[in-house]
Amino acid sequence: MTAEPRFRRVARFVSPADRGFAAVVYAGSILFALLIVGLFVELVLGSWPSIVKFGPAFIFSSSWDPITSKFGALPMIFGTVMTSLIAIVLAAFIGIMAAVFLADFAPRWLGQPLSFLIELLAAVPSVVYGLWGLFVLAPFMRTTLGPALQHVLGWTPLFSGPIYGVGLLTGGIILALMIVPTVTAISRDVIVAIPRDLREASMALGSTKWETAMRVVLPAARVGIFGACVLALGRALGETIAVTMVIGNRPEISSSLFAPSYTLASVIANEFTEATTSIYTSALIELGLILFLVSMVVNALARLMIWSVRGSERV
Amino acid sequence: MSTVAAGELLATQELSAYYGSRQAVADVTIAFRRKAVTALIGPSGCGKTTLLRCLNRIHEINFDARVQGSVLLDGQDIYGGDMDPMAIRRRIGMVFQRPNPFPTLSILDNAIACAPKGLNRRGKLEAAERALRSAALWDEVKDKLKTSPLRLSGGQQQRLCIARAVAAQPEVLLMDEPTASLDPIATAVIEELMSSLCKEFTIVAVTHNMQQAARVSSVTAFMLADETGIGRLIEADDTGKLFTKPSDRRTEDYISGRFG
Ligand SMILES: Nc1ncnc2c1ncn2[C@@H]1O[C@H](COP(=O)(O)OP(=O)(O)O)[C@@H](O)[C@H]1O
Ligand SMILES: [Mg+2]
Repeated sequence: MTAEPRFRRVARFVSPADRGFAAVVYAGSILFALLIVGLFVELVLGSWPSIVKFGPAFIFSSSWDPITSKFGALPMIFGTVMTSLIAIVLAAFIGIMAAVFLADFAPRWLGQPLSFLIELLAAVPSVVYGLWGLFVLAPFMRTTLGPALQHVLGWTPLFSGPIYGVGLLTGGIILALMIVPTVTAISRDVIVAIPRDLREASMALGSTKWETAMRVVLPAARVGIFGACVLALGRALGETIAVTMVIGNRPEISSSLFAPSYTLASVIANEFTEATTSIYTSALIELGLILFLVSMVVNALARLMIWSVRGSERV
Repeated sequence: MSTVAAGELLATQELSAYYGSRQAVADVTIAFRRKAVTALIGPSGCGKTTLLRCLNRIHEINFDARVQGSVLLDGQDIYGGDMDPMAIRRRIGMVFQRPNPFPTLSILDNAIACAPKGLNRRGKLEAAERALRSAALWDEVKDKLKTSPLRLSGGQQQRLCIARAVAAQPEVLLMDEPTASLDPIATAVIEELMSSLCKEFTIVAVTHNMQQAARVSSVTAFMLADETGIGRLIEADDTGKLFTKPSDRRTEDYISGRFG
């Protein structure tokens, strides 16, 4: 019964300054669009020899042997997707719980400094994470965490096989650490913005704070939190140096999370300087093209999901 | 104050409420008549909302809020050491100033958000129908139970919130200016609803609209902030009497529109 007031469109005077501003904004957005298209075209041109030579087999073949000029991207696609999946699952769980704690449970004197620290964590250079991963996490994985996981979950193929320390799981954990601040900080902001009214409605029905956070606040914040996770996933997919340092750099597909692996970004970073033949260079560029497309597809899917959730909720 | 009587379902004794060091309500002693509407009136900022929120212990979710004195529900102090605030809040439902249905739940799930757990589909539907009927909303939503409550009008959303509160089968219903954000027609519907709900529930309703208090309540309590901004209960009496023959000068000034 309280209908939104309707506004009639009225012809208005547009100042020259507004026009100028509009022109700048339009030019800016067109420039960005051109940049993306240009990047894509450049990648396609650069990888053209490889695309012509290997065709679709490039994506489905799993042998990567520069000596014999055999190039298949499957192990790297697998490594990239797996490490990112591990990272986003861990980071989403930890990050969302941390965000709930910071927004609704932490006393002010604790919440403020913690939030600040977490934002600082996002600014640590990735090579530092890589060093930590190599000198602390990898040995810990080899001697303690890995054997413990294997003891409990060793009956599944995921946790069987030799534990080297470096590998898929270590790479995923490093990535998770790197993206957890992003998930936490954005989710926290989204949760804080949920109206107090809703929390009070739930509390007044006799729910505990915890039930209120889980059943009312998180569902209300889900679109924003999902957005945070996608942003973080995007970073995980493209992250290079830290993963390169702890993943083992072996282009193989294994069912074990302890096995060494390789990611698209890592191969490019490691091998570009030693690519001696032009087909080798071209193959590396095609890896870049694949990474570019994977990131685009992930973001597009996320956008679609957000729209569909919003569409079903909004009037 | 003729209405302060022993044996009422809900009563306060020397109740004071604070936000940090700032006192908002002082020394309120009042008993709310069983199965009747008590209206809390008074100018803005006199502590009506604060007092109401002390009655179901929702005041204390403000991080620095404190309460002194006692609130008796069926003779038991709800601020007593062994009382569980969650359990209290299930016995004393609350409706807020702005409609606040849960946006991610359907109309049906809102209505039974705190109905007893473990109901099957059929039981849920029945509970929802009962709650929605007692909130006079069933006929308007029975064909769209699975849709979002955000598509409803403000008045319908408020009645959904009433249904949600009623579904918990509380003994007392607290309402904080439940029609403040609604248009006159929606307001009339809610007022009528309050008159019918008070056959089942003890209702305490804040309003700053004196006509509304006169229309829906059988007892009216008048609050006023003193010079230091602390809200106090001036008098509480049968609504008819309070509006025609108030015993306090300040009540008379307020209802005749001389301030506030
Ligand atoms: N969260 C709060 N923190 C501090 N002071 C508050 C808060 N809420 C209300 N107050 C103060 O308490 C007094 C009473 O407020 P309130 O109970 O909302 O009055 P009313 O509902 O009668 O308008 C006001 O002076 C107000 O400024
Ligand atoms: Mg108020």
